[in-house]
Amino acid sequence: MDPRRASRTVSDPKIRQVGFFAPPPDRSLSGPPDPISTATTTAAAAANTSSSPPISDLSPSGNSLSPVMIPPPRHSSDTAHRPAPFPPASPPRRGTLSLTVGSYNNNIISSSPTASFCDESKGISVKVSPTSAASSFPGGGFDATAVKASSVPASGLTTVSVVKTLPPGFTETIVEKVGGSVEMQNDLPANSKPLKERTSKAERRALQEAQRAAKAAAKGSKLPATTSGAVASANAKPTKATKPPSQKNDSATVTSSEKKGGDRPPEKDRKKDAPHPRMQYDDKSRVEKAKRRAVVKQTEARNRVELFRHLPQYEHGTQLPDLESKFFQLDPVHPVVYKVGLQYISGDISGGNARCIAMLQAFQEAIKDYSTPDEKTLTRDLTAKINSYVSFLNECRPLSISMGNAIRFLKNRIAKLPLTLSESEAKAFLQSDIEQFINEKIILADKVIVKHAVTKIRDGDVLLTYGSSSAVEMILLHAHELGKPFRVVIVDSRPKLEGQLLLRRLVGKGLSCVYANINAVSYIMHEVTRVFLGASSVLSNGTVYSRVGTACVAMVAHEFRVPVLVCCEAYKFHERVQLDSICSNELGDPDAISKVPGREDINYLDGCTNSENLQLLNLINDATPSDYVSMIVTDYGMVPPTSVPVIVRESCRDQVWI
Amino acid sequence: MWWRSASFILDQRHVEDPPNDVASSSKEPDTLSTLSPPQTYSSFMAAADPFNPIPNPKISAYYQTRAAHTAVVTSDWLAQAQAAVGHHPDDSQAPQTQLLASPSASGKSFCVINEFNNWRKQPDLAEAVAAIRALAAVIRASEATTMMELEIELKKASDSLKSWDTTSISLTAGCDLFMRYVTRTSALEYEDFNSARSRLIERAEKFGEISCKARRIIAMLSQDFIFDGCTILVHGFSRVVLEVLKTAAQNKKLFRVFCTEGRPDRTGLRLSNELAKLDVPVKLLIDSAVAYTMDEVDMVFVGADGVVESGGIINMMGTYQIALVAHSMNKPVYVAAESYKFARLYPLDQKDMAPALRPIDFGVPIPSKVEVERSARDYTPPQYLTLLFTDLGVLTPSVVSDELIQLYL
Repeated sequence: MDPRRASRTVSDPKIRQVGFFAPPPDRSLSGPPDPISTATTTAAAAANTSSSPPISDLSPSGNSLSPVMIPPPRHSSDTAHRPAPFPPASPPRRGTLSLTVGSYNNNIISSSPTASFCDESKGISVKVSPTSAASSFPGGGFDATAVKASSVPASGLTTVSVVKTLPPGFTETIVEKVGGSVEMQNDLPANSKPLKERTSKAERRALQEAQRAAKAAAKGSKLPATTSGAVASANAKPTKATKPPSQKNDSATVTSSEKKGGDRPPEKDRKKDAPHPRMQYDDKSRVEKAKRRAVVKQTEARNRVELFRHLPQYEHGTQLPDLESKFFQLDPVHPVVYKVGLQYISGDISGGNARCIAMLQAFQEAIKDYSTPDEKTLTRDLTAKINSYVSFLNECRPLSISMGNAIRFLKNRIAKLPLTLSESEAKAFLQSDIEQFINEKIILADKVIVKHAVTKIRDGDVLLTYGSSSAVEMILLHAHELGKPFRVVIVDSRPKLEGQLLLRRLVGKGLSCVYANINAVSYIMHEVTRVFLGASSVLSNGTVYSRVGTACVAMVAHEFRVPVLVCCEAYKFHERVQLDSICSNELGDPDAISKVPGREDINYLDGCTNSENLQLLNLINDATPSDYVSMIVTDYGMVPPTSVPVIVRESCRDQVWI
Repeated sequence: MWWRSASFILDQRHVEDPPNDVASSSKEPDTLSTLSPPQTYSSFMAAADPFNPIPNPKISAYYQTRAAHTAVVTSDWLAQAQAAVGHHPDDSQAPQTQLLASPSASGKSFCVINEFNNWRKQPDLAEAVAAIRALAAVIRASEATTMMELEIELKKASDSLKSWDTTSISLTAGCDLFMRYVTRTSALEYEDFNSARSRLIERAEKFGEISCKARRIIAMLSQDFIFDGCTILVHGFSRVVLEVLKTAAQNKKLFRVFCTEGRPDRTGLRLSNELAKLDVPVKLLIDSAVAYTMDEVDMVFVGADGVVESGGIINMMGTYQIALVAHSMNKPVYVAAESYKFARLYPLDQKDMAPALRPIDFGVPIPSKVEVERSARDYTPPQYLTLLFTDLGVLTPSVVSDELIQLYL
């Protein structure tokens, strides 16, 4: 993850000490894991290393799912553990093998760096029978024998290569439904062949035994098959790990989606198929599938702009009454969550912080009312529940990046709950965690931001802001309370005209304001001394992802050499990099831009909206390049946009260590 | 231009409302004067009596010391420079006695500042190091019995040091770094108080050596960038830059140096003198000849009073324009700065810092109606800097913030 820092700490410690650098206790340990030592640790040990630095330091890369997409570690192992779906005609032998493949796949996950995965493997091993628990760590047991036979490299080192060469997208590929396991099962016979050349005597023997056992298993005896099959899968591991995951991703997901049967129990189905929030909506088959299980029946808008077909766009205002009528029927979604979802749809809750807080509080309520069903563990079932809530909220309105981060935090907490906790304790634990997140990362962060940003307001300044940002509003009000003389220019744009709300509140508090439309920004800019902007998210290349129009304002300000200050809480930062506003965005109601409510005389487009030639594009967000941003005010202080990755790294580390 | 805008009316109203602003607005309808009243006010005061023999309390002590250590104040600068350190006794003594009088009322803080001033007089010692040494003296002198007490005492001392001279960035940064060190080392928590205390003192002692070592590290790092036959433009006098050039000369590199004059302290003259002693070909320029000579220059080397969070630097007046000229001619601008000069500051523009004022002698009487810009330093934004040579390595400007976050988080 950060080899530069690690190597520097190690290579010249003397230099590092200059300037009273007091290294935090764990940082020196954060070098890349020593291959051999990791190799000799068993898979079980790997499960324990969730708390040890080398592995968990890697975990950001393992965790590098997009924030909006709720990283479902849960999914992966669930799906992996479940027998892969097969065409009904598949012979029984393959069936047994697939079981072992499942456990193999599970093992891969447990050796992958993410801590939550590791916990999972534990949970699984407890859940299954003792024999298969042993078999679920085949790498470990096998390694031990290999060491005895003084042939460490073959399996041991390749296990490490799983950890080390794990590309960022790897977890995603596992997440991709059952793809990995299906593909694995198909490739197994072919893969074990080239491996044979390298394997040691002991391993060849084990392989033979495995094959023999597999044959026996085909005849019907099931128990030996699992254990020996596990050994076979341990042998197959290297080939799998070294293979580029991308190609597997393509082929496997297609096959799996084709093979998927509709006869699965509905509860399981829901848990597993929470739609990928960054689903490409121009992929017809996927969209169809997602629709079938969606709670919210959205109708797709027609005549979408070609470039933005991959984003969801719905006819607005159609689904709300329908959903309201279903309020009392819906079992899987907690009523509080349901209410928040409806508020998202109707637009009653908008704004990054407000939405995030509402969601977290709803989850808090849901956790309060939650009770673990029989024969289930809290961590697994609750995560599934949260997943279903999240997918529901995502259907109501696409999640923002900040919400994705909050959800990731919550899931992380659930996954790391100590197994010894009782249910009520765990619930109280989670609730206080959520409370703490809201207080520290949002409310307190805003206070710190205000404190920092106010120092940048001088007497007589003319401050420009765009739209309505809660952080900027607090800054302006606080500066006013301090008695600083300054003026505010509020720039606003159709169709939401959010600036008017802000304007109303500011004028009510006695600030002197100028209100202008975004068309006038180049005119008004030359008298402005500071531009304060809010942000929906800040990406790791410094790109500011915010309400559409922000980029325009920032560009004009940059041209006029006016400093642009972006105020954004650190929980909204994300490690993704985005270069344009196309690949990930949100589309609003196209009617909002084609019509002006209450002005029949200028609604020229009235009859044309159904025309094939007319495509309306109502983008919600845009990306401001970091060149236009002078400073980002965040709860870590005032930083240049180039330091966003540093903060992302630091906060990741916080989450890992705490 | 600004009166075309719609909000002009608001501006007008603002100007008319407070009665004390009328004077400045009636003077000249200038945007700057209405936008930044304090600036106008202070410069207005300055214009009233530009040759006030008693230094204005706003005059930066930091730049006073610098002038005392490195400036050539009189015209026979050669003689003065050779007489070890070119002291101007009136300059350094007057403000010190005057400034010491005020904090002496608060008992204990007096000793810190006194100590600090003693250290500060050594020309080779950086201000931050002097601050650390003064704080170490506080630890040594303190009668605290617990770590917490000591911490509070230290905090008080460092606060009084910082408030004593708000214009010195390295003083503030040095104090902050030391406080960081005291409050953050977890190793201290498990030891008994006396050993922890002695460790702190030991650490403080080391700091002085480290600062000298830092200069050597920077000099070594920068050698790769100085090639034979190059022409280097330097601005003002910087101990680090001198060390860099000295090392390059010792390494038998062939290069020539253009020194700016460095008005008003004329610190460039001192540097050219030092370089002449090393047999480095030197050419002196007046400050306004930078653009004229820039095509001959291969690289610009400057020191820094402070490195701020954006990666930009705060340095002696004139650095910004040199960086601008160099940038427009695609010449690299290298900054040599020790890491203890990294400060958690983020100026957005030139006026965004506490003003550090300095008396300027124009040689002729200035009419009282004429304002004089007396700021001692300017801010160079990071986009005009190429690389920073620090004891942490050769950094791009954007890494500075990285280091600062690591340090202060």
